Amino acid sequence: MTAVLKRLGGSVLVLWAAATAAYLALRLSPGDTVDTLVGDGPDTPQIRAAIIADLGLDKPAVVQYLTYLWRLLHGDLGRSYVLQRPVVDVIGGQVWPTVKLTLLASAFCVVIALGLAVLTAGRGRWLRGFVSGVELTVVSAPAFLIGILLLSLFSFRLGWFPVSGDRDAAALVLPALSLALPLGGLLSQVLREGLERALEEPFALTARARGLTSYAVVARHALRHALLPTVTLAGTLIGFMLSAAVVVERVFGRPGLGEVATEAVGNKDIPVVLAVVMLAAAVYVALSTLADLAYLLIDPRLRKEAAA
Amino acid sequence: MKPLVSIVDLHVSFPGPVHAVRGISFDILPGERVALVGESGSGKSVTARTLVGLAGPTASVRVQRLVVDGHDTRDFTERHWRRLRGRGAGLVLQDALVSLDPLRTVGREIGEVLRTHDIGERRARPTRVTELLDAVHVPEPALRAKQYPHQLSGGLRQRALIASAIAADPPLLIADEPTTALDVTVQAQILRLLAERDGALLLVSHDLSVVSQLADRVLVMHDGRIVEQGPTARVLTAPEHRYTRTLLAAVPTAASRGKRLSTVERLPLPPRVVDTADVVLRADGVHKRFGTRHAVNDVSFTLARGETLGVVGESGSGKTTLARIALALTEPDGGTVRLGDVPWSGVRERLRRPHRRRIQSVAQDPLSSFDPRYTVEKIVGEPLPDADRRGRVVELLERVGLGVTFLRRRPRDLSGGQRQRVAIARALGPRPDVLVCDEPVSALDVSIQAQILDLLAEIQAADGTALLFISHDLGVVHHLADRVLVMKDGRVIERGPASRVLTSPTHEYTRELVAAVAR
Repeated sequence: MTAVLKRLGGSVLVLWAAATAAYLALRLSPGDTVDTLVGDGPDTPQIRAAIIADLGLDKPAVVQYLTYLWRLLHGDLGRSYVLQRPVVDVIGGQVWPTVKLTLLASAFCVVIALGLAVLTAGRGRWLRGFVSGVELTVVSAPAFLIGILLLSLFSFRLGWFPVSGDRDAAALVLPALSLALPLGGLLSQVLREGLERALEEPFALTARARGLTSYAVVARHALRHALLPTVTLAGTLIGFMLSAAVVVERVFGRPGLGEVATEAVGNKDIPVVLAVVMLAAAVYVALSTLADLAYLLIDPRLRKEAAA
Repeated sequence: MKPLVSIVDLHVSFPGPVHAVRGISFDILPGERVALVGESGSGKSVTARTLVGLAGPTASVRVQRLVVDGHDTRDFTERHWRRLRGRGAGLVLQDALVSLDPLRTVGREIGEVLRTHDIGERRARPTRVTELLDAVHVPEPALRAKQYPHQLSGGLRQRALIASAIAADPPLLIADEPTTALDVTVQAQILRLLAERDGALLLVSHDLSVVSQLADRVLVMHDGRIVEQGPTARVLTAPEHRYTRTLLAAVPTAASRGKRLSTVERLPLPPRVVDTADVVLRADGVHKRFGTRHAVNDVSFTLARGETLGVVGESGSGKTTLARIALALTEPDGGTVRLGDVPWSGVRERLRRPHRRRIQSVAQDPLSSFDPRYTVEKIVGEPLPDADRRGRVVELLERVGLGVTFLRRRPRDLSGGQRQRVAIARALGPRPDVLVCDEPVSALDVSIQAQILDLLAEIQAADGTALLFISHDLGVVHHLADRVLVMKDGRVIERGPASRVLTSPTHEYTRELVAAVAR
């Protein structure tokens, strides 16, 4: 239990560090803070006065920093002076399509990785080599290229899925696939290597000597061992998916954080950019904490050490 | 009586090509205990695994006749093999820590056999698992069934592994080095447990004392062939084949003191001189605590020039911590250590460094103490001065029986015995007064062990080097040591001349240790 609390405490620390780094980036960037915040948006003395009042720029630096943290803690990410709206509203409206996309992509990713690895681990050289080659190809192709290929095949040629937009579930399939394929390929490689290593361990031989089918040895014994390295990687990769989603959303013309982020960068809308960065950091932290906790679930030996 | 296992002209080869088993034939009768004895690479494990069709995916098996439990297995499909495994023959490997799935409870591992072969009702299985653990004398079986292998002691783990192998009550149990990773007293318990069972047993082992306690009949394997077979008593006392004789001569015992182990004739070793007036290493009341545990508790000893002090004890008794204190790699919490005339504990490393060359170490697994990217020349030459380094390295290599051709080799390309020779050459480089040997022969085959022990004795006779020799193997210590310390839970519970301590021990625990290896 204390181990779990320690991990959670650690993740709070990481979030605080990310928030502080974002704050410093904004403050230490060359030029006047007000200029930075105004960006390419409307620039009037009223807006400038509002920024100074909002951020308390006339107060001492420490007070400013603490106020910033305090607001962040209450979910107040500031205001986009370009769009003239609170940042929370700007992002909040676009989070769900991206989350939907990432969740489905993660699910695809897990299915692809598990399916390929379990089917090919320790099997004939020919099948294994072929699958491994395909995996390498999709891993090395950028997600948008896969997206374009999928589009031209399944949407333009076959007409199975809509070309763009976010009208129904079908519109989600191709973008999710183009995100999931490279990551699934990578995960599958790691998982298969773990499986094959576990299958060479004496306990796998003992299990086979009990009369288990080779499939049962994989499912009941080797898989859990192979999951250990895979879970860590999966945590990082799914966090990475968020940034890959930005590009894929553009390719498929979907609403989502991708649109928000690219617009914000284009317009130098710093508060929105910072908010996206903070969101990404939070997701990373949440995922890696989950991965650590999953470790404890998978491996009883770690539980013992954590308790000691 | 119809044999349970019948093998005629078995060949197993692996890509390479490695011809691991070269035409062997033997039978096992129901209830008979047969031992396959041999050194690593002799093909004994491969033979045992072939009996359950698990020689490996790359193995190619050629055989005239292979009958197991009444089935001709030559036209077996994978499905047939699965029905035989567990039910017709159970397999026990060494070291249950890795032979039981570390991520599953031992109860689930044992229950898996029942589940796979659909034995008994589903709801009755947990009870059956408890009964099985009880049958192999695991105390509190219901509690143990819910624990993971790492939560059990080595002995209990091995019992659980055996319970899983006999869960479906197979007429044949195959035990591949079932006691190798265990302490001697635990080893004796496991052997008694295996002896209790009525069914047939195929015991695979390199350890002749284990074999002598358990087997009715012995098959000696060498290079994939059976070179000799017969009743255990006959083969072990009146061996006919030269290889069996070499193997037996190589076993260190009380009787082999002062003799060479690596020759069948047991020629005498060169005489050595012990100068009791010249104490090269002395420990007084040494303590070391890790947390609340006393790893080393009030240990004192002296080591004279040319002398061998044996330290025996089971795992966790504090032997290795004592070795590290002697090498000044671990600072004791209390007590003092002196290296000859120099204070060796409680002083700054700067003051110790000029004297470090006087005490050198040889570890159990030299591979992990070598930089894998170094050549043998660099490994042995590292502690030597620049002047004529190569000449000195060659000289050292020749002393340990390796030639100039080894200079460019890397640790991975060496056999276990060659690696240990390189480790000894490296330790001898700075011409030390003391060699600390921590289980230096435990990982070696008995014939290689014999060569290394002979080598150590020769070096001692020539240089007057003192040995602090740590081992769990009483036979090795009896063969080599002048005096013995017996350690248990960090304390020295008995000490004295090897011939007295190991033949008429006074402490209860020493008696137990000695009894466990009595043959």
